[in-house]
Amino acid sequence: MNTLDVRSQLKDSVPVAGFGPHGSYGLQDSLRTGFTSIKNELIPSHSLELSEKNFQVNQDKMNMSTLRNIQGIHAPLKLKMELKAATQIQRLPFLPSSHLALDTLRGSDETIGFDDILNDPNQSEVMGEPHMMVEYKLGVL
Amino acid sequence: MALSSVLQSPAPGFNFDNAARNAALGRNDGGHTPKPLKTGTTIAGSGFQGEWWADKACAKIHYISPNIYCCGAGTAADTEKTTDLLSSNLTIFSLNSGRNPRVVMAANILQDMLYRYRGQIGANLILGGVDCTGNHLYKVGPYGSVDKTAYLSMGSGDLAALGILEDGFKPDLEMEQAKDLVRAAIQAGIMSDLGSGNNIDICVITRDGVDYIRPYQESETIKYKYRPGTTRVLTEKVVPLKLEVVHESVKKMVTG
Repeated sequence: MNTLDVRSQLKDSVPVAGFGPHGSYGLQDSLRTGFTSIKNELIPSHSLELSEKNFQVNQDKMNMSTLRNIQGIHAPLKLKMELKAATQIQRLPFLPSSHLALDTLRGSDETIGFDDILNDPNQSEVMGEPHMMVEYKLGVL
Repeated sequence: MALSSVLQSPAPGFNFDNAARNAALGRNDGGHTPKPLKTGTTIAGSGFQGEWWADKACAKIHYISPNIYCCGAGTAADTEKTTDLLSSNLTIFSLNSGRNPRVVMAANILQDMLYRYRGQIGANLILGGVDCTGNHLYKVGPYGSVDKTAYLSMGSGDLAALGILEDGFKPDLEMEQAKDLVRAAIQAGIMSDLGSGNNIDICVITRDGVDYIRPYQESETIKYKYRPGTTRVLTEKVVPLKLEVVHESVKKMVTG
């Protein structure tokens, strides 16, 4: 199935923190999240899952490194600083943010891809509990 | 109701949550997964002084921009969505820059998009159009492979169509000759491929405009009924059906 080393396939190796399928009181919530399996939590179930999760990050890395090679360190430095400032312009986690500045910087306000059509966060069927979401974002959960 | 297990708003784009469940269902069911409906397609394209091409049955020629049209074979939903996205992106581009998009831009966008999804999007597309640099015909495969030639065909009937195209293509065809060539190619695809449908649509793109002829040729429907008396009747036996009245009730209708 995969010719790559299994370790590089683990979901954990992706630097995106996630909690396990826990319900309230830390117990397994089978109704909502299904049966647990350590394998399901660690190894991605679809061949595109990891590459899609990392796609934007990898694109940025590639572009920044090309930019550094062509123009010197100042170019990616300035761009990254602007991007960092733009990512901080958003509402609290449970409210929809437009990310207008970020989109303009990246140029994604002039392109349409699958992430604009599918699974629109403004129309998501599940709602998170506001206090927990803010605490998670601040890291005090 | 707010779920305490949702700690971040869901990421936009493809959602792989059910992939594990589907794999598990496939295993538990003895490997029986619901099969998608398979139909066939033949699409072909050829260049002449303008540009044009044909395909058959349902509307498989998609509009990309005023000077670019795209034929899709493969998974119908995938080709539909991919061409819609392509069309939207090129429209934004032409609104921004005030220019008609070039065919090579469409091919590049498709290439990037399809390679990103490693062939999971099953779209075989033939992209053709006329722009300021001339007429172009591109073939894009599901993994993002791009081929630029003077004549192409794709789909389940592509081998038959390609044979006709290979035989009849010349570099300086006139419009009517080219139309006829592609019509013959699609006809071959229809005749020899079980899945390919019946009608032939042609889309002719020239510098002056687009002529979308739908349908260019309709196939005759074959009647499968036979005349009475075609086969000789050997014996005839009539059995009357006996019915007995079990219950009778009369209800007066109230009028007035």
